[in-house]
Amino acid sequence: MSDEILIEGDAGFAAVAASERPLLSVSGLSKIYGARIGCIDVSFDVWPGEVLAIVGESGSGKTTLLNCISSRLAPTTGTVSYQMRDGRMGDVFRMSEAERRHLMRTDWGFVHQNPIDGLRMSVSAGANVGERLMAVGQRHYGSIRAEASEWLGRVEIDADRIDDQPRAFSGGMRQRLQIARNLVTEPRLVFMDEPTGGLDVSVQARLLDLLRGLVSDLGLSVIIVTHDLAVARLLSDRILVMKEGRVIESGLTDRVLDDPRAPYTQLLVSSILQV
Amino acid sequence: MSAQIATDAAPAIASYNFAYLDEQTKRMIRRAILKAIAIPGYQVPFASREMPMPYGWGTGGVQVTAAIIGPEDVLKVIDQGADDTTNAVSIRAFFAKVANVATTTRTMEATIIQTRHRIPETKLSAGQVLVYQVPIPEPLRFLEPRETETRKMHALEEYGLMHVKLYEDIARHGEISTTYAYPVMVEGRYVMDPSPTPKFDNPKMHRSEALQLFGAGREKRIYAVPPFTEVVSLDFEDHPFEIQTFDRPCALCAAENVYLDEVVLDDSGGRMFVCSDTDHCEDRRAQGHRGEMAGHPLETAK
Repeated sequence: MSDEILIEGDAGFAAVAASERPLLSVSGLSKIYGARIGCIDVSFDVWPGEVLAIVGESGSGKTTLLNCISSRLAPTTGTVSYQMRDGRMGDVFRMSEAERRHLMRTDWGFVHQNPIDGLRMSVSAGANVGERLMAVGQRHYGSIRAEASEWLGRVEIDADRIDDQPRAFSGGMRQRLQIARNLVTEPRLVFMDEPTGGLDVSVQARLLDLLRGLVSDLGLSVIIVTHDLAVARLLSDRILVMKEGRVIESGLTDRVLDDPRAPYTQLLVSSILQV
Repeated sequence: MSAQIATDAAPAIASYNFAYLDEQTKRMIRRAILKAIAIPGYQVPFASREMPMPYGWGTGGVQVTAAIIGPEDVLKVIDQGADDTTNAVSIRAFFAKVANVATTTRTMEATIIQTRHRIPETKLSAGQVLVYQVPIPEPLRFLEPRETETRKMHALEEYGLMHVKLYEDIARHGEISTTYAYPVMVEGRYVMDPSPTPKFDNPKMHRSEALQLFGAGREKRIYAVPPFTEVVSLDFEDHPFEIQTFDRPCALCAAENVYLDEVVLDDSGGRMFVCSDTDHCEDRRAQGHRGEMAGHPLETAK
């Protein structure tokens, strides 16, 4: 299906409503590191408002795939096309770097596993949230601050912490701050790399609850990489299972987790620890 | 040359090329300067040479001056506005020796003014060149330590981070507390560090008739603001850019709306505020202006 979608500026597609076309379309994507394989021949679509989980064990190529589709890493072969706000499909790797970086700080978000990678640790929480607004040209201190404060509220950070540096925040708060920082420009697609990694279970549960609420409120599309099947079950609509760089199974989350078909997926599902 | 110009210059030392640097080096620096003038505010890398002074003492400014100075030029050197501090006196003596040029302390008469961290109070005119000594040319450096990244940010005009710094200032201090090296936007394109001049001097850079050249010796960068170029200080709509104001005039020449230095007089809290620009202050006193601590008129002091 993705073959039909890739053609840029095809008149036939203008007639199809934007919501009836995928938001992101990945086709034949491979990343080879010398003799080693990152990921091989991955194709999938992400639809508006859909949450897609990529699961698999460490080293299966999940993060390489995420970095490739979010244009943080150049793939060896394959294309990634994205439906821009004007409805046009743009090939992410044929855009100029300026366009790509603009996309990354307006229409996309990227939530890192380690909040230190995604935050500016030496500036206040308010400035962290406001940075994207200032990057797209907002020049009114009062309104930037009001918006930052509103977003801190939405991710359950007290308003009186707005001038504190993220250094003074706990791990869970840092992760919520990182999410607020990404969502402030109302992106349509958010990439998440193990957003709950390194958090204890009660904090994880609250973060997942928050994410689920935000995703449904804002109608976000999310591509989330996780090794935690419980996280995938809770957040995602659809799932891709990766092993040794290849997608070995994909389908609706409940179907894949309740009725895994590939032997490796069966192993993965049966490896979940029961309490 | 008018009467005020000192002609204490000794004949050039035979073993040095004119203006100390060899001709190939001067051509290299001139090429960098021409490129910098062509792209206002853009930092041009150049092969900075070792100079007979330590980094941080104006090696960048001295190289720019050496590359542009000719036998007919009249040189003025100021250090924080003053013509009589060690750095200013030494650099003036250096060029008097190696280029055999006339030197002056009078802003009006100079064709080249090398400056460390001030712009003279007297309005500069067409044909004059102001050479700044720059310690850290990259305005984004303290926000983004990677040079590869800051170059990319300049290339793509990604200057949101600069406002993050100003936001932090207001959040912490209630106002933009950056008082020197205040970032400016040059000709609507490049964000530039005006070197550590007080922000009081920023408006003087805007559409200045004089050519402004910036040299950073240790960091190996040259940049420029050609005459009549737009230089706008960054700010927020609800926190506009403001310059420093002083609640009293200069204690020696009674000048208002000039940049003042605080001078501590004794151990019991005595202090005075005087013009940072010594030439401007002397000029005004010569015209008969008297501040509250001016003492005897200069004529009788002689």
